[in-house]
Amino acid sequence: MPETLPADSVGLVTPHTRRFDTPLKLDCGRTLPGFELIYETYGTLNPARDNAILICHALSGDHHAAGYHAMSDRKPGWWDTAIGPGKPLDTDRFFVVAPNNLGGCKGSTGPNTPNPETGRLYGADFPIVTVRDWVRSQALLADVLGIEQWAAVVGGSLGGMQVMQWAIDLPERLRHAVVIAAAPRLSAQNIAFNEVARQAIMSDPDFHQGHFYEHDTVPRRGLMLARMLGHITYLSDEALRDKFGRELREGRINFGFDVEFQVESYLRYQGQSFVDRFDANTYLLMTKALDYFDPATERGQDLASVFRDALARFLVISFTTDWRFSPQRSHEIVRALLDADRKVSYAEIESQQGHDAFLLNIPQYMSVLGTYMRRVARECAQ
Amino acid sequence: MKRLRPDFALISEWIAQGSRVLDLGCGEGTLLRHLRDTRGVSGYGLEIDDANVVRCLENCVDVIQSDLDDGLADFFDDASFDYVVMTQTLQAMRRPDRLLEEMVRVGREGIVTFPNMGYWKNRLQLAVAGHMPVSRALPYTWYDTPNIHLCTLQDFERLCDEKGLRILQRTVVDAGHREQALAAVRPNLLSEIAVYRFTRA
Repeated sequence: MPETLPADSVGLVTPHTRRFDTPLKLDCGRTLPGFELIYETYGTLNPARDNAILICHALSGDHHAAGYHAMSDRKPGWWDTAIGPGKPLDTDRFFVVAPNNLGGCKGSTGPNTPNPETGRLYGADFPIVTVRDWVRSQALLADVLGIEQWAAVVGGSLGGMQVMQWAIDLPERLRHAVVIAAAPRLSAQNIAFNEVARQAIMSDPDFHQGHFYEHDTVPRRGLMLARMLGHITYLSDEALRDKFGRELREGRINFGFDVEFQVESYLRYQGQSFVDRFDANTYLLMTKALDYFDPATERGQDLASVFRDALARFLVISFTTDWRFSPQRSHEIVRALLDADRKVSYAEIESQQGHDAFLLNIPQYMSVLGTYMRRVARECAQ
Repeated sequence: MKRLRPDFALISEWIAQGSRVLDLGCGEGTLLRHLRDTRGVSGYGLEIDDANVVRCLENCVDVIQSDLDDGLADFFDDASFDYVVMTQTLQAMRRPDRLLEEMVRVGREGIVTFPNMGYWKNRLQLAVAGHMPVSRALPYTWYDTPNIHLCTLQDFERLCDEKGLRILQRTVVDAGHREQALAAVRPNLLSEIAVYRFTRA
């Protein structure tokens, strides 16, 4: 809990909710009759309305990207390292908008909100949403906020995929695309990990085909396993070794299946605490959105040809020990952009923390992002 | 890496208006910025150093962070640039021969500059004083230098011959990048820095 708010914090923030009553046609063929998006904003929209930045969240993220909801909060929003006065996404210059995606579980319409057709919670009846659906819904939000064109759309991991989709689908509506720790599509290995996570959730006896809310229960064990697996893939071998090594909790081996190694205890804690803050159906939806993302598929897997439609300048960032979306995957993005003759810069950040690095305060990372964003700010000041 | 003061006028004279340029080991992006501002050139820089990458972004030069020793295959198609430029970097490469081939694969023409080990003062330092040359163009001690493959003009031209590279133009200059009339007579002996433009034969 912060006694006082740090000077470079956006401070206490309150989420807003926006209701959309026009039907939204989704990639899966189904239509949402209406929906709500919850979002937070930091900074001020300038009179020219050209200093807005959209932040796209990753798998387990939400709209609370920076600052605190209450002085009693233990931690700030998920990307507080990068968003705030004087930080790379400088709220003294930019108006930052961070929505919770459709299908999320933190206030936007999703599996844990009521289905107007039945009056009960959607649960498994919530349609599968894609990255493209998210971009559509975010564009509607931009419309009501009076933002014709984002100065930049920024995101890491699954968020980075939304950034690419924005640049491809709505090229006129963003000037810069910042794609961090992402990939142009998942590998078979990525999909395999997602499938194990989904199976862990769906095979939990408390899952009830996704309608567990009505049974007043939660597939705790499944969701916990899914998160434990995910967590291993977010960290690097080095990061785990540095943090825990083979350290034993009681200093000796007990020849049993209770927690013996510190890393086991850590993973169980991560898994358990996730259950308290995240919804199993949303986890299923988000991993599916990841699996389906493949913008090149409509053009014979020619990503360069897809990027030829993009007008934004790109900044692509990867991290050396990220093995979930390795630098090699970012090279694929950069290569396609180069082949398409787009304007792109690429930085490969040395870090030990694996995929999670994109949320951390790594000086070179913050310096690259901050330098680039200062240039974006100079442009919109002109 | 510490750089000599580059004579951009020299290189930019060789580069056609509005062409596409790839600058290998682009440092802070100064050459590309110069080419963009004076010749309407578009292009990218490749750079490995963290601080230089940030300086490129400051200079509004598009930079791709990558290790030249890994080659260019990850990022670049055949014949995707008019010129591939590499100033004062060739001698620091693990396999300069392979990189030269990569340059003419990716670009229509390659342009390199490197310090000439055959320069008379270098020869004198080795032959008479008996130590590895240290000069304005080669400011490093032998044990602490990024330069691992030093060569003479003769060596370079022989390599081009072997690799089927045709030299289109050669200029020899001193460490201040001034052209020297005398150097044209006995270039291998009298030039401190070599500047070559070449293509696939």
